[in-house]
Amino acid sequence: MDLFDILLSASFWAAAIRIASPLIFATIGELICERAGVLNLGIEGIMVAGAFAGWIAVWAGLPLWGGVAVAMLTGMMLGLVHSIFSVPFGLSQHVVGIGLTLLATSLTFYTYRVVLPEVSSPPKITAFQPYEIPLLSDLPLVGPALFSQTPLTYAAFVLAALTALVLYRTPLGLAVRAAGENPSAVAAQGLSVTAIRMGAVTVGSGFMAVGGAFLTLSAFDSFFFDMVNGRGWICIALVVFGAWKPGKAVLGAILFAAFDALQIRLQQTGIGAVIPYQVFLMMPYFLSILALVVMSRRAEIPNALMVPFNKGER
Amino acid sequence: MRLEPIAAPSPARRIVPPLLALLATFTVATLLALIAGGNPFSVFGLIVKGAFGSKFALLETLNSATPLIFTGLAIAVAFRAKLWNIGAEAQLYAGAVLTVVLGTGALGLPAYLMLPLCAIAAMFAGATLLLGPALLKTRLGVDEVVTTLLFNFIFLLFVSYLLEGPLKDPMGMGWPKSARLLPEARLPRLVEGLRIHWGFGLALVAALLVWVINTRTTLGYEMRAVGQNAEAARFAGIPVTRVILKTALLSGGLAGLAGFSEVSGLKGALTSDLSPGFGYTGIVVAMLALLHPLGVVLAALFVAAIFVGADSMSRAAGVPSYIADIMLASALLFMVLAILLTKFRVRRD
Amino acid sequence: MNNTTKAQVVLRLQGITKRFGPVTANEGVSFDLHRGEVIALLGENGAGKTTLMNILFGQYTADEGTVELFGQTLPPGAPRAALDAGVGMVHQHFTLADNLTVWENIVLGVDPLTAPRLKPAQAKARIRALSDQFHLKVDANAKVGRLTVGERQRVEILKALYRDAKILILDEPTAVLTPQEAEALFATLREAIATGLSVIFISHKLHEVMAISHRVVVLRHGKLAAERATNQTNREDLAALMVGSEVSAPSIETGAPGASLLSLRRVTTPDQGAAPGLKSLNLELAAGQIIGLAGVSGNGQAALSDLLSGLITPTSGEMEMNGTAVQRWTPRTAIAKGIARIPEDRHKTGTIADFDLTENAILETYASRFSRRGWMNWAQARAFTKDLIKTYDVRCPGPDIRIRLLSGGNMQKLILGRVLEEAPQIILANQPVRGLDIGAVNYVHGALAKARDRGAAVLLISEDLDEIMQLSDVIHVISEGRLSPGFGRGTMRAEDLGAWMAGHGFDAESPNAT
Repeated sequence: MDLFDILLSASFWAAAIRIASPLIFATIGELICERAGVLNLGIEGIMVAGAFAGWIAVWAGLPLWGGVAVAMLTGMMLGLVHSIFSVPFGLSQHVVGIGLTLLATSLTFYTYRVVLPEVSSPPKITAFQPYEIPLLSDLPLVGPALFSQTPLTYAAFVLAALTALVLYRTPLGLAVRAAGENPSAVAAQGLSVTAIRMGAVTVGSGFMAVGGAFLTLSAFDSFFFDMVNGRGWICIALVVFGAWKPGKAVLGAILFAAFDALQIRLQQTGIGAVIPYQVFLMMPYFLSILALVVMSRRAEIPNALMVPFNKGER
Repeated sequence: MRLEPIAAPSPARRIVPPLLALLATFTVATLLALIAGGNPFSVFGLIVKGAFGSKFALLETLNSATPLIFTGLAIAVAFRAKLWNIGAEAQLYAGAVLTVVLGTGALGLPAYLMLPLCAIAAMFAGATLLLGPALLKTRLGVDEVVTTLLFNFIFLLFVSYLLEGPLKDPMGMGWPKSARLLPEARLPRLVEGLRIHWGFGLALVAALLVWVINTRTTLGYEMRAVGQNAEAARFAGIPVTRVILKTALLSGGLAGLAGFSEVSGLKGALTSDLSPGFGYTGIVVAMLALLHPLGVVLAALFVAAIFVGADSMSRAAGVPSYIADIMLASALLFMVLAILLTKFRVRRD
Repeated sequence: MNNTTKAQVVLRLQGITKRFGPVTANEGVSFDLHRGEVIALLGENGAGKTTLMNILFGQYTADEGTVELFGQTLPPGAPRAALDAGVGMVHQHFTLADNLTVWENIVLGVDPLTAPRLKPAQAKARIRALSDQFHLKVDANAKVGRLTVGERQRVEILKALYRDAKILILDEPTAVLTPQEAEALFATLREAIATGLSVIFISHKLHEVMAISHRVVVLRHGKLAAERATNQTNREDLAALMVGSEVSAPSIETGAPGASLLSLRRVTTPDQGAAPGLKSLNLELAAGQIIGLAGVSGNGQAALSDLLSGLITPTSGEMEMNGTAVQRWTPRTAIAKGIARIPEDRHKTGTIADFDLTENAILETYASRFSRRGWMNWAQARAFTKDLIKTYDVRCPGPDIRIRLLSGGNMQKLILGRVLEEAPQIILANQPVRGLDIGAVNYVHGALAKARDRGAAVLLISEDLDEIMQLSDVIHVISEGRLSPGFGRGTMRAEDLGAWMAGHGFDAESPNAT
């Protein structure tokens, strides 16, 4: 099987879209935070917590969408913690984010051990099943690639579109963007920068957690400790790569996922026998660094990203 | 709500918030212990006993503190210059890899040169690994937090490849493990007959040296100036880029020493679970120490005690040992808030 | 103004007191504003003008006193309430988001955040109507980052008018304008009061106050020092009220030009974002002269200042010091060649807030004077700082306190001392008195004149035309990176310089000859 065959197969693109889905959720979540001026490095831990919370809720008997809601709420709670530290108190977003990742991850593992003290392998749940959209799924190549995914994948694309709509077409979105560009402009118009930023971080973190839950509720059917495995950090790179625009960020996530799907397939080909598998596994991380380097020169970074706003600072 | 700087904080202002932070941390841990069905008093009692209760426990704590002192210093040095090095984990492994390469006799070094050269090589490896992200930061403005984080994943995969390939121990019965170091490449015991090695002594010396650098040398002054206000430093003629690169070398080198000390002093060989996250825990250590090098030693001992104690508590009381990680993460968050409150007053208007 | 007393009172401040810790910013301030009236709020820097307006606007809560708008008491600390009641504020530092368009900046926060969508077409039509009515020409679709300073101010005023403001507060609005632009602003304001708006005009420029206001309210040390009808007072009277006791400015005489210390020939530097770089610029700095650089901010002053500070190098052209071409050029070489640099922003660029006075005092010379082989000599550094504090009259508890605790004037004195101790040949003073009170202003001006008299060349960059005209032996005007010829002391009127500041008189073909 050569490269050309892989790139033309529907199953390859179906896999790429599947891999992209959690990244889209989390990237959109991070994008919302950063558009409001807050870098959320808690993303990795929030994804871990979301993956666990969604899964354990379904295991305890909730329906799958109930699991998604539980994950979202978990993420929002963690986001609220982040925003309390980073917005009104204006503490270093680097330190708070790393601290939150450590906290969310360890809380998750602790809860796992408390809830399931004696299990050697985690129990399985019945995950989301692919839903073939009538008519569209019959299209050649595009049908099986795009329109035979699980409902949560469709939700990821809907979320991205809605986010773009809200950001660019509503007064709320304008306020969020302005908070990330110049908080004084927002305050001078009688709006609360604190409320806008805290809201953005809270909601954005909820979406990150849903990204994590995609792993346990759609991609797999169980929870493992190293499941998220740096995907959060990759999403931070994707936000930069997407120039802080939802559409471009989705394209970036798909492009990135395509590379990931490609390396999995290449591992099984003749090249895979020659090159150690670790090299393939490194690819996503290298690609992320590459994306950061390529975009560094023309990044349209929000002007007030990582700049705390202290009302009436003299 | 508004934050108002306090011109001259009173002694109470400086002491009370950090104490409250510790109290809050223990409150969180108490609640978690209760949720897990443990008795909080016996849980904390067991943690203290597990960390300090016997000579063995105490030495175990000191041994565990050793790599944390190195990574804590690495982070403290970097953060002081606002170089956000989150890659101490990878730099530690880089140091360990070169230690193993030299220490298993790859170059046939004479015995008396073995230890110093291993240490220097480890520092070199760690420093080199941080130089990349530092250059990307200074040349292209790429955020070093993300690059150093991503490097952690890349380098651990590289170590995994080495342990299954070139560095694999032929006698290892298939385990991904390196060959053992030659005896002359092992750090001797600090006290004969006790399980505590010279790595601890080296860590104390390193802390002292960093303190001297910070307070007495031009580099220390420059690093602080760049960290506090890079724009003013550049305007005043301080070579900001060069200072950041020097900081990166120092920070990476210290993290590399952690790898050297673990392999040469404690484990004797390299495995892919050499570090259970010393690089990340170093962040907590550095922040708890308020980035002060001598404070790092105390903070590392505190953190190590909680880890060692929680481990033995977990076995006795059945409360998961992850409670230690939670305590440290919440201590980190509460402490940065507490430090803010020592300098600012919260006003409601 | 007698007829305004009959007009409706739109705003009433009563006994406003505000304290920040031990500092009292406002104490018992009361006055009324009537419909269609312009009140000038006059006072030195630090007199409490801005704090008072922030209380009125709801950014701060007053400790005592009340604000009444149209007879209703304003709830304290609610910016929204002031906005909704019809108060619009144009801040001294514009509150605009550069990456958003003009219309986006204007409609921000007008519709409730729960509204389902923005209505761009409607908003733009309204903006066009307002800008026609009040002669505030601006492109609603432009990104704010691409606008000139004057255009940005128009956007700020449009923001207020778009919200149907009845009371307009303008904080030092002419600081960033050419005299001609300021005249246009006054025309807009006259238009506005004719439609029934009321204006509070904050300034410390007496001629403007006399030109635009009906009444003058003078603040001194946070207290209401006087209230006068404009037509019953004069500039001298107001100056005395503002400062309290008579403070005489140092009389500065013309210096005799000496040898050329630095010359720039056809120097070009890259643009810095929206601000232009230097465009084939010629400049000569001669010993024993104060050379004033007038211009509207954002016209290349930053580039020239950065160039002389060693922060940037020319992309083309020659730079000579004492007759030899400059080779390597960094902040350190600039200092070594005897350039003293007083930066525009003493908080961000000039000092490190959390460093103590000693650490700040040696910032530029630690490598050459206070260390050996990489080891700091702190004892020597501390002794040096103690001397500096004494010589330059820096009021502070000692060399070991953090510099953020110093007032702006004392901070500037330390910076002055730091650079003047090196006996510099050239002094680059970029906005050296911005934000200082009169005492500190006179000190700084005196120190610059003294340095000039002992043979240094002083390049004074300022947006305050009065300051430039008072101090300079030679005046150049900078506009879009180009430099006017040098004008001798007293040869130009402010209006003539204003024409140059607005870009008239520059010949694109031949660069300035001096």
